[in-house]
Amino acid sequence: MAVATSYDHEQPIPGDSAAAGYDPNYVPDSVKSFVVHMYRHIREKNVYEIHQMYETSFQSISDRFFKDAPWPSVDSVAPYVDNDHVFCLLYREMWFRHLYARLSPTLKQRIDSWDNYCNLFQVVLHGVVNMQLPNQWLWDMVDEFVYQFQSFCQYRAKMKNKTEQEIALLRQFDQAWNVYGVLNFLQALVEKSTIIQILEQEKEGLEQFTATDGYDYSGGSNVLKVLGYFSMIGLLRVHCLLGDYHTGLKCLLPIDISQQGVYTSVIGSHITTIYHYGFANLMLRRYSEAIREFNKILLYIFKTKQFHQKSPQYEQILKKNEQMYALLAISLSLCPQVQLVEETVNLQLREKYGEKMMRMQRYDEEAFALYDELFSYACPKFITPSAPSYEEPLVNYNQDAYRLQLKLFLYEVKQQQLLSGVRTFLKVYSTISIGKLSTYMEVDEPTLRTILMTYKHKTHAVDSDGKITSNADIDFYIDDDMIHVVESKPAKRYGDYFMRQIVKLEGIMTDIDRIKLEDDSRVEILISHGIRSKREGGENHRGAGIQAGMSGIQDCQGRG
Amino acid sequence: MGREISNAPTNQKQQSSMAYTVEQLVAVNPYNPDILPDLENYVNEQVSSQTYSLNANLCLLRLYQFEPERMSTQIVARILIKALMATPAPDFSLCLFLIPERVNICLTMCLYLSLQTSRFRQFWDEVAKSRHILEVVPGFEQAIQEYAVHVLSLTYQKVRRSVLAEAVNIEGPSLDKFLDHHIANSGWVIEKNESKGQLIILSRNEFNHPELKKSTADGVPLDKIARIIPILG
Repeated sequence: MAVATSYDHEQPIPGDSAAAGYDPNYVPDSVKSFVVHMYRHIREKNVYEIHQMYETSFQSISDRFFKDAPWPSVDSVAPYVDNDHVFCLLYREMWFRHLYARLSPTLKQRIDSWDNYCNLFQVVLHGVVNMQLPNQWLWDMVDEFVYQFQSFCQYRAKMKNKTEQEIALLRQFDQAWNVYGVLNFLQALVEKSTIIQILEQEKEGLEQFTATDGYDYSGGSNVLKVLGYFSMIGLLRVHCLLGDYHTGLKCLLPIDISQQGVYTSVIGSHITTIYHYGFANLMLRRYSEAIREFNKILLYIFKTKQFHQKSPQYEQILKKNEQMYALLAISLSLCPQVQLVEETVNLQLREKYGEKMMRMQRYDEEAFALYDELFSYACPKFITPSAPSYEEPLVNYNQDAYRLQLKLFLYEVKQQQLLSGVRTFLKVYSTISIGKLSTYMEVDEPTLRTILMTYKHKTHAVDSDGKITSNADIDFYIDDDMIHVVESKPAKRYGDYFMRQIVKLEGIMTDIDRIKLEDDSRVEILISHGIRSKREGGENHRGAGIQAGMSGIQDCQGRG
Repeated sequence: MGREISNAPTNQKQQSSMAYTVEQLVAVNPYNPDILPDLENYVNEQVSSQTYSLNANLCLLRLYQFEPERMSTQIVARILIKALMATPAPDFSLCLFLIPERVNICLTMCLYLSLQTSRFRQFWDEVAKSRHILEVVPGFEQAIQEYAVHVLSLTYQKVRRSVLAEAVNIEGPSLDKFLDHHIANSGWVIEKNESKGQLIILSRNEFNHPELKKSTADGVPLDKIARIIPILG
């Protein structure tokens, strides 16, 4: 491999590629070798090597040569890859992603990146690619596409400091990152890939998708199919950014999140899916559903995060982890179903938010401030999708969408203001009269009746076909003047427990067998764990084995 | 058709033949600005024909969100009233999430807040004040009465006549008729009580009679058993 070359280390001005010291046409040897090898592996459909280069080499070359400068321009590397059109599109996709991550893109670069996505997706949609790319990379494309859209909306909404030139560019290229364009690309990928039908057919055993992690082992390409699959998650995210939670959840419907699937094959996609699913459910007042899914993913992250320490996504994983604890704290404060939370997760939660959660129960001004704080910290970066009015005066509107969602959320909190008070009393009585309780709560009887009905309404969700589900930890009914309290004791599920232990034991026994055989079966294990074990570092067979065992258990819990 | 009272606002949800085509339009073009006029017409049709489509209305609000200059506040108001009628489904808040703050939605917002906190007295007072706006939407009162019955049935086994009257905003002989209807169709029973007057026994469900709750605790689903068969074998 190439050694540090004579690359000029003068600091370029971030975001300005024309700055002194950065020569977009200079290609260091390591980059030459990177593109040549990557190009060859892609042509040979060597997913394992592509993944290695994508996850490891790209990072290390970036760290060494392009910490604060863009990679060499696509034109300067094209000669090394036969000027291959598709490879150049992929290279630019990574080029922009690196730029967004390490520098701040100019408006021109944002527009160019949009163009590149258009070209890349057009190629994929018209079915002229026969590549096999790692899921991680395909996920990153969708993820980055949505991220850049969100980033563009935020950027455009800050109108105050825009130069005349920027405004002229915005007007001229009004199709760049247009919300219709973004949604229609994602939708087209879903439709063209026929992924929804594929998942349907898989249920009947007519098609394989999940079993092969979306890869195509019979010579075809996985690109359109898997992009289509991840686009459903992309749509969920875009709709959440727009505050359209109902539509977002509808887009995710074809993916059964109670089971493992291709979405769990990439940690970033797994987390993004559950984070947005949980958030949307929280906004729709389906708190127990949110709690259940946050609990599962937080437990999963807790057990597996060590395997991702070296991954470029590690920081992002930790950030989403913290945000989801905040969302869990909110959900549990509004709906104290603690029994849905696993002990490990609960301990972490108490450590992080125990004290705040106590104060959130009180429903005074300070409690509202805490709901506000946690929500603001953990919510998605909401966007206003429409173009601004370019007429004077130019105003910033980048906070509008966030403020609206926050306000509506706090309305909801306010509506539930008196419920925690009722809850406290109901916990200590098996029967109590309306009169007595109203004295305790210092309200008159008619008001108490409205509070009790509100409690019922807020704790019972009604879905679209009229089915009522109860979220209540403590329930009651009223016989004229007398309140009868019903404590819902979670039934002990012995069957479930034994099933889990059986699977767990089997996992451990398999691991032990594997350790014994390790020396002579190194190769097989590597193959059987494919990419997953690779990501966790070189000599991690046991880790991979344990993880595989664990994901079995995880799966079992998922269905419970 | 007779009056149908059930927990879900089903009477709003019959589909007309027009509904079919607009629903299809939405399914095929969820992100197409060209269908905006069709969706606006469809809102008016939902109002006049007492039908309802949340999906179509959300799609329209989405298009307004993308192109605010095309927004009609009158249509937004109608969507919100229809969504209010769908309570206890969370439709109203789903719509709110998509409507920018500068749009004036005071009336429906006010109605929504009193409905969400079960302050029916306040709600009906507000309704009386804005009769001219709400009268345009047929079936409004009836839909809210259904919701009131829904939340009463979650809460009470037996409820006093006066409490019921306040929630549904019906009194005297009309209330007797209302009760007769429910006695015939929902299994309500009236109990005379010396000191308290009429007590109405509402229909039994697992929420006001917790003993009716089905226990699913002991079952183990088949797919889980299938999972361990190879291990046991």
